[in-house]
Amino acid sequence: MSLANPPLNEAAPARADVDPTAEQRMFRRPSEWRIFWEAFSQDRLAVTAAAVIALVCLSAILAPLISPYDPTVGDNNLRLAPIGTPGHALGLDGQGRDILSRLIWGGRVSLVIALLPVAVATLLSVFLGLIAGFFGGTADMLIMRTLDVFFAFPAVLLAVAIAGVLGPGMLNVMLSITIVLVPYIARVAYMATVTVKNELFVDQARVCGARPRQILFHHILPNTLSPVIVYASTLVGIMIVLGAGLSFLGLGITPPKPDWGIMCADGRNFLSVAPHVSAVPGIALILVAMSFNIVGDGLRDALDPKLRK
Amino acid sequence: MGAALLEVEDLHTHFLLKGKVVRAVNGVSFSVQRGEILGIAGESGAGKSVACLSILRLVPNPGRIVRGRILFAGEDLLAKSERRMRELRGQAVSMVFEDPLNSLDPAFTVGDLIGETLVLHKAMTMRAARGKASELLRLVGIPDPDRRLDNYPHELSGGMQQRVMIAIALSCDPALLIADNPTTALDVTIQIQILDLVKQLRDRLGMGVLWITHDLGVVAKLCDRVVIMYAGEVMEHGDVYAVLKHPRHPYTRRLIDALPKLGRPEQRLLPIDGRPPDPANLPAGCPFAPRCYKAKPECRDGSVPLVDTGGGHGVRCLYPEE
Repeated sequence: MSLANPPLNEAAPARADVDPTAEQRMFRRPSEWRIFWEAFSQDRLAVTAAAVIALVCLSAILAPLISPYDPTVGDNNLRLAPIGTPGHALGLDGQGRDILSRLIWGGRVSLVIALLPVAVATLLSVFLGLIAGFFGGTADMLIMRTLDVFFAFPAVLLAVAIAGVLGPGMLNVMLSITIVLVPYIARVAYMATVTVKNELFVDQARVCGARPRQILFHHILPNTLSPVIVYASTLVGIMIVLGAGLSFLGLGITPPKPDWGIMCADGRNFLSVAPHVSAVPGIALILVAMSFNIVGDGLRDALDPKLRK
Repeated sequence: MGAALLEVEDLHTHFLLKGKVVRAVNGVSFSVQRGEILGIAGESGAGKSVACLSILRLVPNPGRIVRGRILFAGEDLLAKSERRMRELRGQAVSMVFEDPLNSLDPAFTVGDLIGETLVLHKAMTMRAARGKASELLRLVGIPDPDRRLDNYPHELSGGMQQRVMIAIALSCDPALLIADNPTTALDVTIQIQILDLVKQLRDRLGMGVLWITHDLGVVAKLCDRVVIMYAGEVMEHGDVYAVLKHPRHPYTRRLIDALPKLGRPEQRLLPIDGRPPDPANLPAGCPFAPRCYKAKPECRDGSVPLVDTGGGHGVRCLYPEE
């Protein structure tokens, strides 16, 4: 086929009187990020939640710089001092440690404990879900039935069991959370893969002579990512709570390192005298977990082209 | 006639479902010459699409090509390795589907989608493919192609999407274009544009076209020859003019009678009574016999041969119309 032939339908001839660059500028497509941001920023609640998360992340990163006191050293004279004590805005805990400092340092641990396992589990799950969904048959049986076995246990119970076997420690907590997460995210990735696999554009790629590997990674993977990312982002919040829960039970971070779960646990004995010792980290937990959920919902709406105007 | 571009001989494609054998394509033969547009017409479920997917060896599971021969430019496609078939697909033989929006991957821009096939078969860089993609869009009559390259499929109209599909199909200069009902999703004005476009491209590029449709109007407007399929078998084939003007098979006749005619609004449409036979349980003899107005007992026993009645016109009927 020679494309040197004159075109069948002549495109509109370039007009000499219009500056072509000006015209191009007028019609230039906004970038993908811009389109995404315009959709996302419509959702005020999601933007607020994102700001909360950004603030917590920032304080966690900058902990050594902004933390007013050493989070592990207490002041014996000021044990259980209430919120608003001069020099200690959020009060002190049962061992006289500054709660604000512990909150900042603890956020570091709580965020890492949730974010890292969710990220690792997402990668692993997408891989498993893609393989099982795309190839079906034996691969499907093997992968999905194995995950179903993990699925059969209540998530928290499974995490407690794994963490209990592995012993306390930050790495072990993350490992157990990862294991708990994989069946959930893999199921979403699997469902998305099976749906996308039967789309006509996959047949179209085949008709064009694409190799299976190409179809899998070039056409199916990008189309499954959006539901998986949305789901994973809503899980982060719950995993912060789960991580804190494991620490609360003594299966997570070893004291005196701060972590929001341990802080809640520490305050248990003084609930009637000094409720703020437990309440402050508890409120922080709820706030951050909720924020991740809201951001996840916002992402879902913003990433779905059908919900965009 | 020299060697045909595509020759399908006695093709049987069956689906094995729960112990039942669904005979979707049951001994179909046809050929496409270079520069010829062959129409395959018939009701839904007549096996048209399966026959075409068989040519590309892309019959969905649990379908199997059980018998037959498919010669493309002298090569026996059924004997080829999967690797060689992948090279042919999209390059020598390309296909356009019925539903353009769902056939275009929503995650990519038009430019990327056209470029993909070029990169795949022509080992082009994405940058070079972009230039060629723009030429292709111009070729299929999309104005301002450079700007369209950055559009996503859902941002285009149905007619534009189908043009993009055709551009993808044409990207590697195929010798044969298979089009499966590509104008059903379009309104008639766009349909005419697409038909004209395909005709022009055929004249210009000299490719063979296999056009599947259930619209005899499209056949009349576009095709050189036509194959009428029913229940996985060829009922009649021949020049479009001969077949549509003087149908010899009762089925073709009834199909034409079922069409509304201009200028005779008072005439009732004649539907064909009954429904096509269950392809898992085909009747013995002529598959159309149970619905045929001139069926005789002998139509129902023993298969009816496809008889050449001269001039390239063939009919599978014991009592053809005169």
